[in-house]
Amino acid sequence: MASDTKHLEMTLETQVESVNLAEEMCLRVAEAAGFGEDDCYRIGMSVREGVINAFHYGNKERPEKKIHLAVDLTADKMIIHVLDEGTGFKLSDVPDPLAEENLLSTSGRGIFLMRAFMDEFDVVSGRTGGAEIVMSKKLPAPGSASRNGQGGQNAAPQQEA
Amino acid sequence: MALHATHRDAGQVTVVELSGRITLGDGSALLRTTIRGLLAEERRLILLNLADVDYIDSSGIGELVSGFTAVKNQSGDLKLLHLTKKVRDLLQITKLFTVFDVFSDETAALRSFS
Repeated sequence: MASDTKHLEMTLETQVESVNLAEEMCLRVAEAAGFGEDDCYRIGMSVREGVINAFHYGNKERPEKKIHLAVDLTADKMIIHVLDEGTGFKLSDVPDPLAEENLLSTSGRGIFLMRAFMDEFDVVSGRTGGAEIVMSKKLPAPGSASRNGQGGQNAAPQQEA
Repeated sequence: MALHATHRDAGQVTVVELSGRITLGDGSALLRTTIRGLLAEERRLILLNLADVDYIDSSGIGELVSGFTAVKNQSGDLKLLHLTKKVRDLLQITKLFTVFDVFSDETAALRSFS
């Protein structure tokens, strides 16, 4: 790890409250790193979805299992790791929530949202044997529109009803 | 911010005023019990006012879809009113904007049920 990388990690209980806790912690890091409001929203949402995934699908809501959250702040990006203690999964096995037959599904949109909101996203086999979500967002350039502002490179499309 | 829900009658339509976050846990649960409670009272025409809902996660989206399906299964209708920008964007990228009827004017929304 590069010497200028800041590293933060925490172990979370498999409970609903951990979702808010993880989101709040990562939002503080993102704000301190200079991300603007829109990017903070996307990072916060992605962390929520990562921890929900670990809570529900990975650890199957079993309280004896833990969720491992780590954040690396490098010179150019914020990298977030969410590791569960489940059995892992393949991204290719995740149904496409935008497919016509899945539009009315009541679940299965978390992975899609993380992919949409972050610059890089992957799922690897973690040291626990569970799934490790690794996602990152580039730090805004000093003076850019997205730095503590409203812009962002992955802004959702604008469209009036 | 925790989710709050109140409702009022507007003719045959029940307008549900929601404020706060619809997220995993209490927020999603309250939305679920609110819609199921209305259906139990045979109120099947439901307009959700989301003007004060500025955050929905995947669990909240799932609950919106679940409520929509439950209402439709009872030959009712569930529509959305006054989306905030974040919620509108979320429904657009998940393609649910094509599923829900969405309005920015309450009078027009109420008229659409008849």
